[in-house]
Amino acid sequence: MSISRRNFLKGALAGGTLLATGGPAEARPNKTMPDEALGLLYDSTTCIGCKACVAACKEVNDMPPEFSTEEQLWDTPLDISGKTLNIIKVYKDGSSEIKDSEKDGHAFMKVSCLHCVDPSCVSACPVSAMTKDPVTGIVGYDKDACIGCRYCVAACPFGVPRFQYDKALPQITKCQLCRHRLPEGKYAACAEVCPTGATLYGKVKDLHAEAKRRVALKPGEETKFPRGNLNTHDQSPHTAKAAKYLPQIYGEKEVGGTQMLKLSAVPFEKLGMPTLPERSYAATSETMQHTLYGNALVLPLAFLGALTYVAKRNVKHDDDADDDKK
Amino acid sequence: MSASHNQPAPLGGPLWTPTTQVLAALVAVAGVILLVRFLFGIGAVTNVNDGYTWGIWVVYDVVIGSAFACGGFSVALLVYIFNKGEYHPMVRPALLASLFGYTLAGAGVIFDLGRYWNFWHIFWPGYAQPNSVMFEVAVCISAYILVMWIEFSPAFLEKLGMKDVKKKLNKALFLIIALGTLLPSMHQSSLGSLLVVFGYQVHPLWQTMLLPLLYLMTALAIGFAVVIFEACLSSSGFRRPLEMHLLGKLSKVMLGMLAAYLAIRFGDLLVRGALGGMFVPGIEALMFWIETALFVAPLVLLWNEKSRKQPAKLFVAASCLMLAGFILRINSYLVGYETGPGWHYFPSVSEIMVSVGMIALEILGYIVLVRYLPILPGSGAAAATNK
Repeated sequence: MSISRRNFLKGALAGGTLLATGGPAEARPNKTMPDEALGLLYDSTTCIGCKACVAACKEVNDMPPEFSTEEQLWDTPLDISGKTLNIIKVYKDGSSEIKDSEKDGHAFMKVSCLHCVDPSCVSACPVSAMTKDPVTGIVGYDKDACIGCRYCVAACPFGVPRFQYDKALPQITKCQLCRHRLPEGKYAACAEVCPTGATLYGKVKDLHAEAKRRVALKPGEETKFPRGNLNTHDQSPHTAKAAKYLPQIYGEKEVGGTQMLKLSAVPFEKLGMPTLPERSYAATSETMQHTLYGNALVLPLAFLGALTYVAKRNVKHDDDADDDKK
Repeated sequence: MSASHNQPAPLGGPLWTPTTQVLAALVAVAGVILLVRFLFGIGAVTNVNDGYTWGIWVVYDVVIGSAFACGGFSVALLVYIFNKGEYHPMVRPALLASLFGYTLAGAGVIFDLGRYWNFWHIFWPGYAQPNSVMFEVAVCISAYILVMWIEFSPAFLEKLGMKDVKKKLNKALFLIIALGTLLPSMHQSSLGSLLVVFGYQVHPLWQTMLLPLLYLMTALAIGFAVVIFEACLSSSGFRRPLEMHLLGKLSKVMLGMLAAYLAIRFGDLLVRGALGGMFVPGIEALMFWIETALFVAPLVLLWNEKSRKQPAKLFVAASCLMLAGFILRINSYLVGYETGPGWHYFPSVSEIMVSVGMIALEILGYIVLVRYLPILPGSGAAAATNK
């Protein structure tokens, strides 16, 4: 018995050596944004809460109305859900009179997929139903691949992917930046219908430059806000006075960056946007998995080798005893 | 003591008893609820929502259910890897319970998968996504279920009198056993790793890079506890003598594992500076204390040699440990999980009844099989009085 134990330790040691020579798996860094990545810039200060984007989103994505009032007359979603991909929420404080004021004020926030540069949902999905387009960076969903495990729903740090609990044949739902309209030469419906340019569509690098320009504006300074598509300038700009922007572009760094950038005058935390680290959770999780299972399964195979060796000795002994009894 | 004394033998006895009738009724109730679920969606019978998309069908049926099914893993590790041949009579009963636990956990996944008809994608190149922890869990659990059926097949082969096949199988059994210890090590740890990608959504008392180690160690400790628990129950249920000398020693192994676990658990909390979280009044701190008390209880109960010889104390200690593992998993997946304000979850009655039905099916299957197949160590006198 003591021999087997020694052999077990020897086997374990051999496995350890194999692991050491195989080298530790490199920490998986955050993924980087494609050059031509597409996205949205949402400016809470120019949003007037008209919810035209909510209605347009429903229409182009063929989503049913959702009711929260007694008379079920209008589409009145309170949150994104299996029936709603995009919504405008409102923050209120005190008398809620002053727009974009944290105290006694109100402010709007768009809730929809942020199209992370290194998305948790893509890392979590076991069947490649959530994917990130290598060119546009759009995080897309393929219902035909999906098994409905809802790991993406649980994993997303923004609580974006939703599930249809009321259907026998359900799907995951999330904003896909109207990727089905791109081949028709169209772009995200929410940006197309926004009357003030609060939701602006374009390449992320251009949107980022525009966001930086706005943050640098003096409060009260008159300026032109592009509307619709920043790349084609398909709509005339909207002229208004700059708000007192926070010096922060939400989505610039959060969990490795997102392709939807957000500006606000009221702290993002108050508007329901969580404060997040720069390292993506996908990178943390995959570093762990690659450390344990990377390098062509070196660690499990070495462990299996040691176990097989020891089991072979011990089981043989066991069989002999069995045969003696018979 | 003759050599044949420890050879596994069918227990015999009646199958249609009040106990099995109640169990069968519970299984039928679960069946009806599941029919409703498949016709009208998951929301029709459960309380899961987008804030708590995983309810007890995942956290209990799979995460906890598979941990409770670790008896076979723990005992096989002890017998075949650490060569403690004296525990050999425990292998088959433990393996049977594991087989049932895992097979049902695997089957139970189907109820919770929204698009269950696509489940094979997980194993299909082109769909399979190996960076996903869920992928690792699914593949590993499926492989382990297969391995366990092979590991257990000698019991069927004996019954069917297929001695040749059994002999051939015995030659390769060492490989099956090695896989049968590797695979649960992998997926039991991964059930902890699943939470890592949730990031800030899991409370610091539970979110740690050591989750895989904590889940693996508790799965092993639970494995030993379950063996003790089941030995006590089946000895009283089938009126068989308890193998006290083995159980006492087994409990010592269990305590060792438990002490090591607690040292690592608290060391990790200390190093991460998360220890303070248990003094912040709230449901998280309360549940953390309950979890910890339950992990410490077996150590207190069985600290001295004498207590380890008392069946009642062994039973209570094993139950505490199982409950501790249960609460640890509930805490890390549900209590400590917070995805934003306004979300609440508590399982619905029908949701609970499905889990209860699964447990009933497990017990029912166990009763039927030990009466019919050579699983429990044969004990001439007891078997005779029972017939």
